[in-house]
Amino acid sequence: MRDAPAGGSLNVRLGPWSVRLAPRALLVSLLLLLAGLLVTVAALSTGEFTVPVPDIIGALFGQGTPVAELIVGKLRAPRVVTGLLVGAAFGMGGAIFQSLTRNPLGSPDFIGFTAGASTGGIIAVVAGGSALTIAGGALAGCVVTAVLVYALAYRGGVQGYRLVLVGIGANALLLAVNSYILTRANINDAATAGAWLTGSLSGRGWEHARPVALALLVLLPLCAYISRPMRMIEMGDDAAKAMGVRVEAVRAAAIAAGVLLTGVATAAAGPVIFVAMAAPQLARRLTRSPGVTLASSALMGAVLLTAADLAAQRLLAPTQLPVGVLTAAIGGTYLVLLLRKDRH
Amino acid sequence: MRPAEDTAADTAAAGAGQAVSTTRAGASDERAARARPPVLVAGLVVTIALLALVAMASVALGARSVSFSTVIDAFLAPNGSNDHTVIRELRVPRTLLGLGVGATLGLAGALMQSLTRNPLADPGLLGVNEGAALGVTLALGVFGLSDPTVYIWFAFGGAALASAIVYALASANRSGSSPVRLALAGVAFGMVCTAVASAILRMDSQTFDRMRFWLAGSLAGQTADTLVRLAPFMVAGLVLGLMLARPLNTLALGDDAGKALGVAVNRTRILTGVAVTLLCGAATAAAGPLWFVGLIVPHAVRALVGPDQRWVLPYSALAAPVLLLGADVAGRLIARPGEVQVGIVWAIVGAPIFILLARRKRVAAL
Repeated sequence: MRDAPAGGSLNVRLGPWSVRLAPRALLVSLLLLLAGLLVTVAALSTGEFTVPVPDIIGALFGQGTPVAELIVGKLRAPRVVTGLLVGAAFGMGGAIFQSLTRNPLGSPDFIGFTAGASTGGIIAVVAGGSALTIAGGALAGCVVTAVLVYALAYRGGVQGYRLVLVGIGANALLLAVNSYILTRANINDAATAGAWLTGSLSGRGWEHARPVALALLVLLPLCAYISRPMRMIEMGDDAAKAMGVRVEAVRAAAIAAGVLLTGVATAAAGPVIFVAMAAPQLARRLTRSPGVTLASSALMGAVLLTAADLAAQRLLAPTQLPVGVLTAAIGGTYLVLLLRKDRH
Repeated sequence: MRPAEDTAADTAAAGAGQAVSTTRAGASDERAARARPPVLVAGLVVTIALLALVAMASVALGARSVSFSTVIDAFLAPNGSNDHTVIRELRVPRTLLGLGVGATLGLAGALMQSLTRNPLADPGLLGVNEGAALGVTLALGVFGLSDPTVYIWFAFGGAALASAIVYALASANRSGSSPVRLALAGVAFGMVCTAVASAILRMDSQTFDRMRFWLAGSLAGQTADTLVRLAPFMVAGLVLGLMLARPLNTLALGDDAGKALGVAVNRTRILTGVAVTLLCGAATAAAGPLWFVGLIVPHAVRALVGPDQRWVLPYSALAAPVLLLGADVAGRLIARPGEVQVGIVWAIVGAPIFILLARRKRVAAL
């Protein structure tokens, strides 16, 4: 890896087109893909009923025994796929907000968006909504919060630090609203809502995975398009403006994309905290890139969440932990790592 | 992320903040000069009168309607009736708890803002109360220690650890700790503590049932006995904190100027840290992790009395319980026959004020 300079990149030109390639980032992405594949295979194959690895493909495509088909195709595969997609959405959403706030802790978990999604979700739970209503409530909560935070932070433009502070205020407010709802609800609703608030992938089916996949499909091109101007905004609004970036427009688009990603992910799995915080920074350390990168953050998020979910299912088996407990532990460890002086 | 630019941006922000704060400080000096000591003493008397008024309201008002004469009888001629029992055994301890917790959190916030020169410092926002809450949860949920004089040490441990970690997190980049960094680090660490605490509670439904209201921040549910055991720690913290006004005043001029004027800089820092730990640990052990009490009260106080800590600290310690008890009484009245926990009331009222502060042109440094 010595031949790839830290954060180094190659410009590949072909006539009028040029692409910038970072060999190390590509290598890290490939390794993350491989890790994701390994976790997926492990999650599909192990558990109370072991399906040998060679049988997995057959079971997925209707060639295996009925039992294997049921367990792999109906139970394990949707859960793993939901985990991969939700993790990717959280990772990318986190990367967007960390870039906008220029702070490794500027993740949607702390600036109100995840809390807003939670509020929407538990209101739907208490109102006795179906899984679909709960998901819709979460997405709506996230979007409404984001619009309010953006509007309140707007003063002829939204500076990163004002977004953070207004978001922290909104976060405190919404957490209080959440605990108010929990103390007022009847005990059954409170238990259901409390479980949903931890974030879990258990019992997730294809209907949970589909909206996240759709959101990723739509938002990936947008994110790819704005990633370069976002990099410039990291250098400061004035510098970016001087280079011809329409700062407020890019920032609004980035916030919209980040909020939608966080919202659909929370709708599918509940507010799983800390994935959005840890994934972009872990990816950045591996790729040694100067700022957070969207693609590797998404891959890292997918790997982190599925690995955490696998551990949550198997560590204390037969007791099943909610994945949110595991990601909270990851978040704590990560904060301690962050304590070490940041040399990059 | 990009340290170089980050540093530059932070320095620029800090520079601008200083410029603003110089003019602000000038303005408040003028105001302080206008507000002569006699006026300030009179203000303290008014605050104490308000405190007495709110305390009376807190004893008299609640989910159960009790006539005023019954309230007076409960003190002068207790006859063991339900009303009298409610007043003597529930409302009076609760009111005293509110006084103690309000005073400790108000003073803790003022001390933290002065020590970190950060206008956004608040025991709840910076994760110190959450650290203390995690300590209490560990003591009660894992080790089964239910004696307040024992588990308060866990609260102190959690609070001290949280202060150290959050401060280190915020200054991990060489650019030092800006208000925004400190706030984010505090919120992040606080959420880790809360997540771990609720994971512990989920494993044990009995403890969960006992602690879920405490975790939302509540003045109800502590017995007079607990209060008596926690009170010495609160008093110690209050006394220590109030004694630090003079050295903190000098340190506000900067470390070098402080040293030149004969202040033991490190000793003052450490003593302030000890006071903050005592205050936050005791308050959290008593009432759960409360947000914003320590943020908003010192802000309001500074706007009224100017930057002199010799006035800011006692005013904060007296004004905070007025507001905390007021919020507690409001929480009992707005959702009768149930009640809204004071922590929830404070967050719902305090968060918009925090957002207003954050929307100012610059978050002025202290």
